[in-house]
Amino acid sequence: MRGIRKEFPGVVALDGVDLELHAGEVHMLLGENGAGKSTLMKILSGAYRKDAGAIRINGQPAEISSPRDALARGIRVIYQELNLVPQLSVAENIFLGATPARWAGVIDWRTLHDRASALLRNLGMTLDPRTPVSRLGLAQRQMVEIARALSAGDATILVMDEPTSSLTSREVAQLFALIERLAARGVAIVYITHRLDEVFRIGRRITVMRDGRHVTMRPIEEVTVPELVRLMANRDLTEHFPKVRIPRGPELLRVERVSRLGALSDISFSLHAGEVLGIAGLLGAGRTELARVLAGADAVDEGRVLVDGGEVRFRGPADAIARGIGLLPEDRKAQGLVAGLTVARNIALPHGRQLARLGVLPRRCEVALAKPIVDELRVKATPTQAVRLLSGGNQQKVVLGKWLAGDVRIFIFDEPTRGVDVGAKVEIYHLMNRLTARGAGIIMISSELPELLGMSDRILVMHRGRIQAEIDGRDATEERVLSAALGLAS
Amino acid sequence: MTVGVRHRVILTGRLTPLLLLPARQFGTLIGLVALCAVLWILTPHFLTVSNLLNVAEQTSINAIVAVGMTFVILSGGIDLSVGSLVALAGVVLGTGLQSGQPLPLALALALAAGLACGLGNGALISWGGLPPFIVTLGTMSIARGAALLFTEGRPISGFDESFRVLATGRAGFVPAPVVAMAVVYAAAHFVLSRTTFGRYVYAIGGNEEATRLSGVPVRFHKTIIYGVSGLMSATAAVILTARLNSAQPIAGMMYELDAIAATVIGGTSLMGGDGNLGGTLVGALILGVLRTGPNLLGVSSFLPQIVIGGVSIVAVLLDTVLKRKNRT
Repeated sequence: MRGIRKEFPGVVALDGVDLELHAGEVHMLLGENGAGKSTLMKILSGAYRKDAGAIRINGQPAEISSPRDALARGIRVIYQELNLVPQLSVAENIFLGATPARWAGVIDWRTLHDRASALLRNLGMTLDPRTPVSRLGLAQRQMVEIARALSAGDATILVMDEPTSSLTSREVAQLFALIERLAARGVAIVYITHRLDEVFRIGRRITVMRDGRHVTMRPIEEVTVPELVRLMANRDLTEHFPKVRIPRGPELLRVERVSRLGALSDISFSLHAGEVLGIAGLLGAGRTELARVLAGADAVDEGRVLVDGGEVRFRGPADAIARGIGLLPEDRKAQGLVAGLTVARNIALPHGRQLARLGVLPRRCEVALAKPIVDELRVKATPTQAVRLLSGGNQQKVVLGKWLAGDVRIFIFDEPTRGVDVGAKVEIYHLMNRLTARGAGIIMISSELPELLGMSDRILVMHRGRIQAEIDGRDATEERVLSAALGLAS
Repeated sequence: MTVGVRHRVILTGRLTPLLLLPARQFGTLIGLVALCAVLWILTPHFLTVSNLLNVAEQTSINAIVAVGMTFVILSGGIDLSVGSLVALAGVVLGTGLQSGQPLPLALALALAAGLACGLGNGALISWGGLPPFIVTLGTMSIARGAALLFTEGRPISGFDESFRVLATGRAGFVPAPVVAMAVVYAAAHFVLSRTTFGRYVYAIGGNEEATRLSGVPVRFHKTIIYGVSGLMSATAAVILTARLNSAQPIAGMMYELDAIAATVIGGTSLMGGDGNLGGTLVGALILGVLRTGPNLLGVSSFLPQIVIGGVSIVAVLLDTVLKRKNRT
């Protein structure tokens, strides 16, 4: 792949990216969240069409304009989420959509099982094709997924997107053995991962991407861990952040040894008035889970949460709101807004009880509540417009408005600027300054490192449900944050 | 998002409420007017005061049940038990009256029975986390069975005039059931549009998770919503029993379908969060006209069944098509 370019409305996702694959190699594709790895793979697999650049397979120019084209050329992709039907057997899943059948669609079970066992044996897998997938462990399901990818004709390129994210170390070993067998047969494997140890275990060559660009391509012998981190992180800090630092006030929130099964373990930190506490981490590090626990949306299994020095137990979001905690959720459409309701009614939603007298809402009370907030946040809409019709940035301001209308002093922002245009982003940063100046504390979860570095007073870095490092905002560098996020000691 | 795109969004934001939303509600109203016009042309007798009041009276019971259904569907649920609750509440009422209880007590018992069953539905759905379809399907069978068991399948008939006046009485020239319908609609409309509870009904139907994260006690309110539906069924049962002068355990068969049809024809989205009671009233009236029309025209009285089914499908189809357009 040479000079690949892909634009989405308003953003250049890929700009002149090269990727060179040799038969029989395991090629590691590395980069931060949003570096463009997935987009590049979607172009290779025909899910997206490229805007510019060229793809050549075995030296011949290849036009891949649909998933069908990619399949015909032997390109197979295994996504992070498995796509199996748990109720069906291994064999049925492998040949789903291409089930051998006799006349009138009656399944030819013998052929199905024979072909499945032959394929599994060929791949060195010891699975009974008759076992229902629901009885398999995750690694075995991954094997079935791989078998399915390889069932339809000869594969030349196999793409795997973070295949080990939910596997135990023994399962990882099984998977790696399989990958090596496939490579030995001449399949070129593209392996996307955040785990640097894996890079050195099975990688032959690496390609690093950053901000939609190609950074480097090297044989594995020529890189070291610190160098790799630097390659992934280093970038021009062109964006400007209007950070205003103010003296730290009293402690608002303290979290002591909080755990939640399978998501968080032994989390402790505190948040002070006037402070922006950034939370960094890769996908699945437990950041959103932490936000949900603090907002009362999920329960705490162990540990204590204290607000203003007093211990609190949240039975639901209402309790957290009553203690002055407001959550700006990660997915505003699914969790932040009722799209069909008006701006004013969304803003008033958490405050129904305070607005109403004996359950009856006085006329226009919601608009009266929302109007000053809409003006302050400069939402480009009237209070009586349906939220559905607003742009992403304006919708985000409405979610914020819900908490500005009440007595919230602890704000939890989960990816506050995702899907928001540049102008609105800067407005949100300014708003964060105004909130901290008023004595509020903000916990900001973000996958954008420049934003975290630019706006945080302190940064907590999470890795696999734990806090890996705490870094002062002034000392933080992308490399330090990223190495902690990757699980390396800092 | 680029500047150009944002402008388009704001632009459609101004136009859409004008072009699309009222179109859906007006469409239903226009449908009703057109239907009346056709019947008027075919049979002049249709557009007389007495006939129109007759239609309204015929409509009142389904219209009241449909109020509860509208609450439930707005919140994103469904209530299949309404017909059986009409029968059960009717039987409670009939038994109370026949055993010589004072009228207010008998009425209160019947309404309480409906409310309790509805709250039971709601509690199972919100705290038990069960799908509304299954819970209310079960209650539909349980309530019907209870009504039959309790009466051994026999109707309870012959009530005092002081009770029957609830159906036969008139305020001026308006029949009592029509007055009851008007009162119920006015009250329910106030609740939906002016109270926090009403707001939560829309919010829960529009996005339950966002509503929960806003601190609204979603389970509590969902339970109340099904309680309202049960209460509406019991109210309808009072009028039905007075009209028939008989409480029948087999009353209210298929009422759930009529109530759903009235709600859906009235433009309430089955996905929840969108719709209003005005639409439901018009929807119920359309069904009422479709039921009485064939009598006037002298065609088979089995025909409406087919027509109502067709109209419901067309209404939902219209909704789906409009939504699809809206999205792109």
